[in-house]
Amino acid sequence: MSPPIKVDAVVIGGGIVGSSAALFLARAGQRVALLERDFFGSHSSGVNYGGVRRQGRPLSQLPLSQRAHGIWASLQDLIGIDGEYLRSGHLKLARSDKDMAALVKYEQASRGFGLDLQLLDRSQLRARFAWAGDVAVGASLCADDGHANPRIVSPAFAHAARRAGAQVFEQAKVIDVSHDGSAFTVVTADGQRFRAPWLLNCAGAWAAALAEQFGEPVPMRPGHPAMLVTEPLPMFMDVSTGVEGGGIYARQVARGNCVLGGGQGFPLDPTKARPGQAAILEILRNAVELYPPLAGAQAIRTWSGTEGYLPDREPVLGASTTQPGLLHGFGFAGSGFQIGPAAGEALAQIVCKGAPDIDLAAFSIKRFVSAAPPVTAVSAVDTSNVIPLLRGRSSS
Amino acid sequence: MKNSDVVIVGAGPAGIRAAQTLVAYGLQPCLIDEGLRGGGQIYRRQPANFKRPPKALYGFEAAKAQAVHSTLDRLQTDIDYRPQTLVWNAEERTLDTLTFNDGPNGVSAQVPYKQLIVATGATDRILPVPGWTLPGVYSLGAAQIALKFQGCAIGERVVFAGSGPLLYLVAYQYAKAGAKVIAVLDSSPLSAQAQALPALLGQPLTLAKGVYYRTWLTTRGIPVHQGVKLHSIEGEERVRRVRWQRGADMVELDCDAVGFAHALRSETQLADLLGCEFVWSGLNRAWLPQRDASGRSSVEGVYLAGDGAGIMGADAAEMAGELAALTLLTDSGHQVDQARSAELQRKLGAIERFRNGLETAFPFPEDWAAKAADELTVCRCEEVSAGDIRHTVEQGHWEINRVKAMCRVGMGRCQGRMCGLAATEIVAQASGRDIASVGRLRGQAPIKPLPFGVEVEP
Repeated sequence: MSPPIKVDAVVIGGGIVGSSAALFLARAGQRVALLERDFFGSHSSGVNYGGVRRQGRPLSQLPLSQRAHGIWASLQDLIGIDGEYLRSGHLKLARSDKDMAALVKYEQASRGFGLDLQLLDRSQLRARFAWAGDVAVGASLCADDGHANPRIVSPAFAHAARRAGAQVFEQAKVIDVSHDGSAFTVVTADGQRFRAPWLLNCAGAWAAALAEQFGEPVPMRPGHPAMLVTEPLPMFMDVSTGVEGGGIYARQVARGNCVLGGGQGFPLDPTKARPGQAAILEILRNAVELYPPLAGAQAIRTWSGTEGYLPDREPVLGASTTQPGLLHGFGFAGSGFQIGPAAGEALAQIVCKGAPDIDLAAFSIKRFVSAAPPVTAVSAVDTSNVIPLLRGRSSS
Repeated sequence: MKNSDVVIVGAGPAGIRAAQTLVAYGLQPCLIDEGLRGGGQIYRRQPANFKRPPKALYGFEAAKAQAVHSTLDRLQTDIDYRPQTLVWNAEERTLDTLTFNDGPNGVSAQVPYKQLIVATGATDRILPVPGWTLPGVYSLGAAQIALKFQGCAIGERVVFAGSGPLLYLVAYQYAKAGAKVIAVLDSSPLSAQAQALPALLGQPLTLAKGVYYRTWLTTRGIPVHQGVKLHSIEGEERVRRVRWQRGADMVELDCDAVGFAHALRSETQLADLLGCEFVWSGLNRAWLPQRDASGRSSVEGVYLAGDGAGIMGADAAEMAGELAALTLLTDSGHQVDQARSAELQRKLGAIERFRNGLETAFPFPEDWAAKAADELTVCRCEEVSAGDIRHTVEQGHWEINRVKAMCRVGMGRCQGRMCGLAATEIVAQASGRDIASVGRLRGQAPIKPLPFGVEVEP
């Protein structure tokens, strides 16, 4: 057996969290190996909707999300491409007075975090966004949020890490992890071995197995958001949009295609997922009332991915409570794309200086340590106040 | 509407013979047809109010076409026939369909099945040349459909190019219908056809037809050039001329329409969504759903028939449809005529040997990718050039789905059905990898576009 590759940190998982951790570690002069089972950014980091949004996040995430906002501002310098990132605004639509009241409440609660939300009533909404459907009674606009192309952004973080000196490996499935009291040894399926005092568990929906190996089981479940894209349409909106209460979200890219999400897909196998036909049909039937310019458009492609969800829909981010040197960063519940680079940076800060700049206590894995065993009926998806989805065969 | 346990997708020669066989054994299958009146592409029927005689539409194949059509007509009362219906998705023993006969956006319905015969047929294999996206350029199959279905020619002065048996057939049909065929440009050399002769002699009638078309064309003064390459299609608003090459010589030819293709490719998206295993076929130069000699796919209850699982032609499709139905019946406990199954397998084996001969006679132009200029548009939906693909390969990508994710090739409206194989050729050439190792574009629903505002059958 060849001698192990010795590094300061091994990162497992080449999604946006792991890749940005590797990038910030490498930039700080650490020797780092980034191991990805498939291709960089090929799972939820690369196939998500592409929203780069702070608005609507739990207040607990806003400090980190705000830091991520700063990182996104220098995306081109950081990863070498613009990633089709646009600060076009994120518009959250309300379909009822009750939903509008929830937006008002969020605006008040999130003051002081730097989001600068603007509440729009019915007429203000139409004055600014003439396309909005009649069902929208108002909206909340976060003018500096936006959207980007996850397909190219997430792999670019890994490539930037490589350029910064990280050793990066695709098709490198980790088959064994051990710690001998002084360092971790990580073995991949193709026989490569790595040795490092730090190990970053950024394996997304597949991270729970490693956490459990080190005595930290978490009740994470996979979820599979359903997405579709239209053929290119005349430009009618540049904001990224969502709906209070969930159900559907949409953005239009510069090429004219509209990307829409809503509902759930189903797994084909542990790594692949597909949108359920019920979710696709729900989007096609319901989108037009919110986005009337979609009438007559055609959906040309659908897809899904595999993402990890914890019951409280907060990520696990920070140090292991059982194994010194082990850091976790996973379970972003379908909203890790915007915050991912800041999560990766925070993990890198723990390695480099012992503690992150932003307090991560709310995301500690210890919140699950003494928890009762997970209730199997817990749904990965919050279904309150959403456009009712056909719970068809694909979402059973 | 009948509640059928057995569903057939595709009403070409394979699907219709499969339906006939099942009905003969007392079943009432559902036959789903994207077309209007059955027949598939090869035996596509003209609209009901068109009165051209079969001989004019199908030539030598008129009797076969009529037999297939009348079979479908006789079956109508015994089967659940659904024309104008696209299968856009498949999930857990249920197909999702989109029917266009009422409502502006179509109606989506679910069709459950216990057993399924996939007979999805084929489309042209396109190897782009400069100018191929100009108005007036058609695939050979599309040129033939225009003639067969609507009685239209694609132009007044037409050049046909590429290779494969369809090249000569379409040129013949156009000339016979009175269109001015300026030239036939066959990329395969005469020597290849001579070399293929022993294998082709296994099907002397089919071979004779091919020779007949060629001879017919040349005796009427239509130039047939073999071993030549379509260099480019030129024009501003639409096709004005083609340039073709024999060795170092370049020839310019004025025309107003071009039909071109290099043989056919299987329509495999449905098999893919059904979870069928795919295997590499060197003969077809493509990943195809695996089928055993009796027509079974790798998925229990799913059977494959016709060109959708490998290009064998219409005669083979009729046999494969019947064979798949007999296998399905056997698997579900019916007593079937095993001697008939064995005979069909034997005949299909003979056609396969002929098919190998055809591949020798009309070899794939393996140098196409190397000679494709960087500016050449490969993916017209997303406007991705050969150079864009090569640039993506230079970034370290080589797996075709990954290349698609990075540069958008195959991501547009046709979902790679038009450009996917050509893109794979470029990736293989640029990465120095074997064509098989580049992989295949994964199928994603919808198989063809699905409209917003679609109605859903309750």
